[in-house]
Amino acid sequence: MKKVDIKLVVNNSEYEINLEPRRTLADALRENCNLTGTHLGCEHGVCGACTVLVNNQPVRSCLMLAVQAEGATIRTVEGLANGDKLNDLQKAFWEHHALQCGFCTPGFLMLATSIIENKPNISEEELRNILASNLCRCTGYQNIVDAVKSLQEKPRE
Amino acid sequence: MNYVGRSVLRVEDLPLLQGAGNFAGDISLSNQLFMRIVRSSLAFGRLVSIETEMAEEMPGVKAVWTRDDVGSIGPIDFRQVRIESLLDYRQFILAKDFVRYVGEPVAAVFAEDPYLAEDAAEMVFPDIEELTPTVDAAHPEGKFDDVLGTEAALIEKSYGEVETAFQDAHHVVEMELAVGRQSGSPLETRGLIANYKKDEDLLEVYGASKIPHINRDSLAKLLSIQSERIHLYEGHVGGGFGIRGEIYPEDVLVCLAAIRLQQPIKWIEDRREHLIAANQSRGQVHKVRAAVDQKGFITGIDDEFWADQGAYVRTHAATVPELTASMLPGPYIVPSYRSVGHIRLTNKTPAGTYRAPGRFEGTFVRERLIDEIAKQLKMDPVDVRRANFIPPQAMPFDRKLDAIGTNVVYDSGLYESLLNKLLEHVDYAALRQEIDARRLKDEQVGLGLAYFVEKSGLGPFDDVLLELDETGALEVITGTASVGQGVETILAQICADALSICFDKITVIHGQTNRITRGMGAFASRVSVMTGSAVHIAANQLKNRILNLYCEMVKVDPDNVIIDNGVVQCNDSTIKHMTFSEIVKEASVEITKTGDRGKVLSVQSEFNTSHMTYPYGVHLVVAKIDKETAMVILERIVVAYDVGRSINPLLVKGQIVGGVAQGIGGALLEEFIYDEGVQPLATSFMDYLMPTVTEVPNVEVIIREDAPSETNPLGIKGAGEGGITGVGGAVANAISDALDSTAVVNHLPLSPNRVYDLLKDKGPVAEESKVQ
Repeated sequence: MKKVDIKLVVNNSEYEINLEPRRTLADALRENCNLTGTHLGCEHGVCGACTVLVNNQPVRSCLMLAVQAEGATIRTVEGLANGDKLNDLQKAFWEHHALQCGFCTPGFLMLATSIIENKPNISEEELRNILASNLCRCTGYQNIVDAVKSLQEKPRE
Repeated sequence: MNYVGRSVLRVEDLPLLQGAGNFAGDISLSNQLFMRIVRSSLAFGRLVSIETEMAEEMPGVKAVWTRDDVGSIGPIDFRQVRIESLLDYRQFILAKDFVRYVGEPVAAVFAEDPYLAEDAAEMVFPDIEELTPTVDAAHPEGKFDDVLGTEAALIEKSYGEVETAFQDAHHVVEMELAVGRQSGSPLETRGLIANYKKDEDLLEVYGASKIPHINRDSLAKLLSIQSERIHLYEGHVGGGFGIRGEIYPEDVLVCLAAIRLQQPIKWIEDRREHLIAANQSRGQVHKVRAAVDQKGFITGIDDEFWADQGAYVRTHAATVPELTASMLPGPYIVPSYRSVGHIRLTNKTPAGTYRAPGRFEGTFVRERLIDEIAKQLKMDPVDVRRANFIPPQAMPFDRKLDAIGTNVVYDSGLYESLLNKLLEHVDYAALRQEIDARRLKDEQVGLGLAYFVEKSGLGPFDDVLLELDETGALEVITGTASVGQGVETILAQICADALSICFDKITVIHGQTNRITRGMGAFASRVSVMTGSAVHIAANQLKNRILNLYCEMVKVDPDNVIIDNGVVQCNDSTIKHMTFSEIVKEASVEITKTGDRGKVLSVQSEFNTSHMTYPYGVHLVVAKIDKETAMVILERIVVAYDVGRSINPLLVKGQIVGGVAQGIGGALLEEFIYDEGVQPLATSFMDYLMPTVTEVPNVEVIIREDAPSETNPLGIKGAGEGGITGVGGAVANAISDALDSTAVVNHLPLSPNRVYDLLKDKGPVAEESKVQ
């Protein structure tokens, strides 16, 4: 298949990459941009491990082609911390033991980022409904809910 | 400062939170080829030929292998609970003569790009002559090949006079119970990367997990090379649960191809492959009866079960059926017992272990039986349990059964006391009243209990190597593995306490076969018990070495010396204090130089045991049935669990809650369903339904340390599996209570269609699995 040149803007950096148009955004991020923090758990849009923010909306990067993301603002887990300094959400996940194997964590962090930014004050029921977008096989979710809730209850710095 | 017993935050988390993990898929080697497996699309058939030319001619395709290319490689052998009659049912790395399940590897494609490898795999055409598949393990025997039938082995575990118990019984309760096929389905699929360094004659394998040393030895045998010529490296692992880290056909193909094609080979399976090709589990039908006296005391249990092994017998051999039979009596006295298990082949994906193998199934069977006894004798299920508990004074209790090469001897347990703590926590009498009142208002709500005994800490050994360097940094090198459970944190906690040094000075190494000669890995809730004990012992030895060195250096008596936070000091304040770092620098004897770390003081030690340790717990579930949709809503789940000694309560609770969530999947949602042609119908996460946050209520966890283990120095009992063990039984008992009818709840998962049938009071719903 003929390859095309595209430019992706990820975490405020520009990536000029050459790929087949059929390549998913997830594969482009992982293989072409070397941003392997975005994980693939099912490649059919159910598990949400590959969730990234495209124009500040959570998106399954396994269901989007890289060529469709040209011109958009993409944010991935690698863009959350400031150098080695974890952001409030990452810290909350750590303190609440909201991860075990850590494979689903990047997807949950990006999903939760969108919740905190777009819906800072929602009920636990609504929070749970949104977090039900993603699957975790280790934690039983309780600590993930608590971690996100802890940031909802106190104003962001 | 004490670390053990505190909820120390995990050292593992920092890279994982920043997307800096090192999972199998994240590893790329230059010039690598990608492997794609061509899988059988039929459940059973004679493999006539495979057409590979079109795939081979595609630009970028390096090789296409079929059985003829790998004929020298034997079947994948068992690693535990070997039974000779099972040997003929082992799986080869590519299908030979027959295909026996949808998903069986029939060819392997190696290409320069993963998308291309997938394209090429579509151009490989196996010619298969279809045969009639075996769909149900509990039906009469089918055919494995032209000679062998489908009953691969019969296992029997028994003690006492079963026949007499039933002859003399006041009452006999009989049930037929089934658990559907389920699996761990970790979020990360399987994957492996192998690289053969010809100049060093060294095969390097990345993406190892669970049992790297055991797998190194298995691979060496299969590939006919020496173990020393293979190194396995474990990076991050996206969940274990039993399924991950066993040797599968694909793993062997990756390694073989790296050697033969002289290029690194990378293989990452997709989710569909995972759901049809990686081990499945559970899948048992039990026909069980209990002899009871007037007071509900069980005088005998007689159980016969059929285990759906799937198409081949893989590495676990008879592990799951054996554990089922050996652990089924649970916390109860049961003076006479017999369990006969049929290991039956079917044309489904081969089976292996899944978290609490045999105990999830056995606990469902036993605890349903208890509630049925209560129902028939018109007793409170709590009282039936009380009447049967093994009392504390009977500990240690010899079960007179064996499992995985060990005698089952419960080391300690205060069974009734733990139940009382749970009942106090929920105010059982009040809760019961409240539920009864709601039922009078026509709500279908019920309460269920499931008590269980778990096992953990499988031996026989664990080695630990401690290396203290000139900077005072300590490496704890183990033969264990991390599947995400927090190994590095808890081992560092144990080590820091034993050695009186700061937690931050410690780095725990696991899953690297080049760093320590042998290792047992991480399974069967063994790491805290086995590796934890080995670390404790090694750290105490190192402490003595340091103390002796200090005493020689400053010429004092050891009795007057203490270690505090990495500083050795004498109670005579005129004598100088020394840090570990200073001692290592100054010492001139027994010092080895390794790598670039300068002088290193090292100690190697081991912990050996021939017995497992037996934690125990009880689940309580309040469940409501939505009459409109037949959905089950779990209103409340409480788990009381005695872990003997809790190294890190935050992590213990995390294990329990995570286990409960998987148990909810097993109780209500998850099932690998097959149609009558044995085509798998659950091949995506749209059909294999794992719980989301909306199906998992907040779990109340009561962690107790009432009965420390008698078999290891810290009194630890494992925490990895107890969370899941009782969920199936407790949910089923709650639904049975909610129905309050003659309908018998006897089949997991209790999906809406099964609950719908129960609501219609059709009686047993397990028609499709009925023993014939």
